[in-house]
Amino acid sequence: MAMEITQILLSAQSADARVRTEAETSLRQFQEQNLPVFLLSLSFELSNNEKPTESRRLAGIILKNSLDAKDATRKCILVQQWMGIEVAIKSQIKELLLRTLGSSAQEAWHTSSQVIAKIASIEIPQKQWPELIATLLNNMTQRDQPSSLKQATLETLGYVCEEISDQDLVQDEVNTVLTAVVQGMNLAEHSPEVRLAATRALCNALGFAQSNFENEMERNYIMKVVCETALSKEVEIRKAAFECLVSIASTYYDVLEPYMQTLFELTSNAVKGDVEEVALQAVEFWSSICDEEIELQEFESPESADSGSPHSRFIEKALPALVPMLLETLLKQEEDQDQDDSIWNISMAGGTCLGLVSRTVGDPIVPLVIPFVEDNIRKPDWHSREAATYALGSILDGPTFDKISPLVNAGFDFLLNLMKDENNHVRDTTAWTLSRIFELLHSPANGFSVLSPGNLPRVVKVLLDSLQDVPNVAQKVCGAIYYLAQGFEDAGASASLLSPYLPDILTRLVATADCTGSGDSKLRSSAYETISEVVRCANIAEASQIIAQLLPAIMNKLAQTFELQIVSLDDRVKQSDLQASLCGVLQIIIQKLSNTDETKPIILQYADQIMLLFLRVFACHNSTVHEETMLAIGALAYATGADFLKYMQEFYKYLEMGLQNYEEYQVCAITVGVVGDICRALDDKVLPFCDGIMELLLNDLRSDVLHRSVKPPIFSCFGDIALAIGHRFEKYVCYALPMMQGAAGICAQMEMDDEELLEYGYQLKCSIFEAYSGILQGFKDSKSEVMLPYASHLMQFIELVFKDRQRDESVTKAAVAVTGDLADALGPNIKLLLKDWAFLNDLLGECLQSDDEQLKETATWTQGMIGRIMVS
Amino acid sequence: MAPPDHRRPFKRPTISDQQRRRELSLLRQAQNRLDAQQRARCLASTVLSLEAPEPGPGPEPEPVLELELASESEYHVEEEEEGDSRSPSKEFDVRQASKLRGAEARKWFARQLMLPEWMIDVPDRLSQDWYVFARPSGKRCFVVSSNGITVSRLRNGSVLHRFPSALPGGARTRDVSGSAQSYSILDCIFHEIDQMYYVIDMVCWRGYSLYDCTAEFRFFWSNSKLNESGACDPPSQNHRYRFSLVPIYNCDENGLHAAYTGAVTYIKDGLLFYNKQAHYQTGNTPLALVWKDEKCSQYVIDTDSKGNVPRLQQVVLELQEDLKLITSDDPPVVFGCLDNDLVQKD
Repeated sequence: MAMEITQILLSAQSADARVRTEAETSLRQFQEQNLPVFLLSLSFELSNNEKPTESRRLAGIILKNSLDAKDATRKCILVQQWMGIEVAIKSQIKELLLRTLGSSAQEAWHTSSQVIAKIASIEIPQKQWPELIATLLNNMTQRDQPSSLKQATLETLGYVCEEISDQDLVQDEVNTVLTAVVQGMNLAEHSPEVRLAATRALCNALGFAQSNFENEMERNYIMKVVCETALSKEVEIRKAAFECLVSIASTYYDVLEPYMQTLFELTSNAVKGDVEEVALQAVEFWSSICDEEIELQEFESPESADSGSPHSRFIEKALPALVPMLLETLLKQEEDQDQDDSIWNISMAGGTCLGLVSRTVGDPIVPLVIPFVEDNIRKPDWHSREAATYALGSILDGPTFDKISPLVNAGFDFLLNLMKDENNHVRDTTAWTLSRIFELLHSPANGFSVLSPGNLPRVVKVLLDSLQDVPNVAQKVCGAIYYLAQGFEDAGASASLLSPYLPDILTRLVATADCTGSGDSKLRSSAYETISEVVRCANIAEASQIIAQLLPAIMNKLAQTFELQIVSLDDRVKQSDLQASLCGVLQIIIQKLSNTDETKPIILQYADQIMLLFLRVFACHNSTVHEETMLAIGALAYATGADFLKYMQEFYKYLEMGLQNYEEYQVCAITVGVVGDICRALDDKVLPFCDGIMELLLNDLRSDVLHRSVKPPIFSCFGDIALAIGHRFEKYVCYALPMMQGAAGICAQMEMDDEELLEYGYQLKCSIFEAYSGILQGFKDSKSEVMLPYASHLMQFIELVFKDRQRDESVTKAAVAVTGDLADALGPNIKLLLKDWAFLNDLLGECLQSDDEQLKETATWTQGMIGRIMVS
Repeated sequence: MAPPDHRRPFKRPTISDQQRRRELSLLRQAQNRLDAQQRARCLASTVLSLEAPEPGPGPEPEPVLELELASESEYHVEEEEEGDSRSPSKEFDVRQASKLRGAEARKWFARQLMLPEWMIDVPDRLSQDWYVFARPSGKRCFVVSSNGITVSRLRNGSVLHRFPSALPGGARTRDVSGSAQSYSILDCIFHEIDQMYYVIDMVCWRGYSLYDCTAEFRFFWSNSKLNESGACDPPSQNHRYRFSLVPIYNCDENGLHAAYTGAVTYIKDGLLFYNKQAHYQTGNTPLALVWKDEKCSQYVIDTDSKGNVPRLQQVVLELQEDLKLITSDDPPVVFGCLDNDLVQKD
């Protein structure tokens, strides 16, 4: 039944474009017309040792792509298609693939093992391929087969374990798989290739070994084999074995105690003496232990102290040996590592781990690190000076302020001097360390800061001078200024300390952004982000003048982006990025200045020009809506209020485009938010645009393609529209309300075991309530009877939400508010209905006892609304 | 070699705040949405805005008090005019009040206070269901803070003071915590000697109507809210008069004793009794009662300039439009009704 397709597969790789296109077309047709036979033919090609490598390779690739895709929607379709294929044909395909594992051609069995795993990911959870594991294990006991079959089989087992979840296999299967894999790691019996495949397979299978790790004997055995394998003479195998240890550290933390001595020696030797790729995994082992302990500490509470998983304090116990080991790695920097973002080496991993250790143990790390800093920070070799500052920067997060601040204060001047060091890396790391100091040890609002009126002038001067340093250093300096400014946010009187410097800081940052020209776009965007943060955190009363001057300057820069020569796609991307940075700054300025009555007129004065610029940015990018611009427009609409109407004519088409942008769902979500801003700004003057907007919003809700996170904002937006246009929402009720009821139904059925889904459920519930609130309030003064038929369903939904004891307080707030809205809008009409719902008293009672003032107030109001009906 | 994804940002935190800007926007939008919905909710009972007098020559020198619907639009007005705006309502009816100015506003306000009846017998369950407190001596007034100004109006509706206060919306300050629509209404007694407003009841707070709430809740609310607003702080530039709460007791023996004999910072003028379950009701109500005797009030009986009690007590009677004769006591006592012919004769 399989078709001979070798020639087409070869032609599809022809150098001749015409031949290639023709072959691709016929493959596509074949696929569309008869998928089962197409897949069978590809499997046949892949399994046939007589066929050329090239055609087998392409056959394998197409097979894989017919079963899996990155895009979730496409993947879903592919899975459905596979499940729709006749069982007999699927069996044939699987048989051919399993047979390919025995092929002598490595490329063929390698591809086949991946395809098998893809099919397993579909079929094993459905219990449709029960014999797979047994068949694979059978390969391991065949004596007369080449060792490559064992290698292929182990690789397949590894991939299969990676694809499926631990619930998909029964314990017997897990046991046999583990046995086979661990035996495959046996040094005496197997070739290095088999052992490597086995070690990698173990790494994927570890997640299944829960009960095996609970059994001391089995656990001892697995740990022994892994530790032995970590000493193999082949680098690749050692690396794979350490990867297993990393995975064990996070999965089986609570049973590691007996092995820690061995593991410390193993990892310590690797860090000190092994090649870098193995040493990195050894450091990663300790980072993973830190992750576990930090998490245990974060969730540690008096109640769970004796019931939860034990905190074994491995890091604390290993501290005296662990810290020197990590400090040593810091001295192994590479030249130019700061210029290349893709570099990850032992010194970086060591510093990262040191930071985690510091977060794990806090104060005790300080005396272990400080001698290293003091010894090295003055040495002539730049490696020493850089390592010293890196060590200091790494341990800032963890120790208490009282423990760490004296050291930072003592070394502060020295650090500032290091900003003039001859070595680029030293300056880079020093600037980073300063940014960490400001991030972690400078919070006047919370009563502590290493900065004072005494040292601030010098700090600012050094930072501003260093903005002119090479791009990688200047970028870190931006980070330091960013946190410096952020620390002064909400700092009351001490916020004024920075005010005198703001004109200088902003001027120099603008200059930094300017002089990067076409060069370092990362520095430029860091500079603009820092400008935004400085503006956002400024004391508005003292900074209004400089911000008012900054506004036209930034507008001017945005205008200049329209003059840029655009030749290539790259030019277009750069223009768009620059516009994003500038619109980001404008958004922050608009929000800042429109927040007080004194400064709002500045925005209003420039509003026309700003809007014109935004519209021109949109016009530059005809295929998509510029996200940052849309964000900034929301802020502008809020600032201008009803005056925004004059822009609507021009702006409306971009609003439509944004609402239809399913691909970049963030853009769609932001546009939905802007619709809300516009509704509040225009009030009932938004009416002429509502038909179009509602149609698009309803389409968005119906779409399967649009990311689900956009859907809650759309419901909230219904409420915004209804509140703005009042009873004229009536014509949309018959479309919007069924959608809301449908979504409420989804909430009722939602599985609440997944944290992400839980969060989504809260958002969806809140948004449905907000929609009802807006609509009910909108109808209150007229035609509220339109909502009468929906009251009962809403009450059911409120009850459903109320009965969920886990509910988030935001959901409770929205629920109690919408209850009041219902009573307020429908009045005595729902007197009988309300009497039927006994839970209302419990809901109100709960809210009135809450510590949240806002919730109490809302509940009081709702109580009043219900009370009014009841006495009527 | 590439770092593991979750380890990267340590030394290379690239500042990119786009996500944060999204979140800031979402936060602002959520807050604005909440404000808009809360505004709509406040409309349910009351939205008051006190506007400056309209420019131009007007015979009415007094600042105009205007009550209006916040998002009043034309169709609202039309419907209101058709509506039964004349129907009597116990409610704080904004629609009716929305067109009032000057003298009309005075009249309207004159009807808004809850007035106690004389206590002539002991209510059932006095000790369980009632509060008692010593009434401060002074001018009973309604204090309305809104739109950056605070206005107090006497029982007859005329303005006593216009002043800035720390009540929500009570002064033009930078404090942007309360929305522009935020307003509060307090039932107070202005005590001349220490220039203090004693709050005896709370009718609206930050736009929330407390009319439909029990006295129990209203007292709890004033206790918890007033202090945190700063209204009880000493006077300052943005807070001309100080406000104070009065000590309120459960009406058991101890409470009664404390209210009757306990020392307070103000001059007492009788005892007020409030039923715990009673809502705020305009006009006279049997759920609020007043008691006076010589021990707890200096105004129980007239004296001459030397402090002697005259042989005859003078009584001023007020003839109302419906021809009822009432005393000008607080609360008044209805003496009887004149017949129409008698009035015509004059």
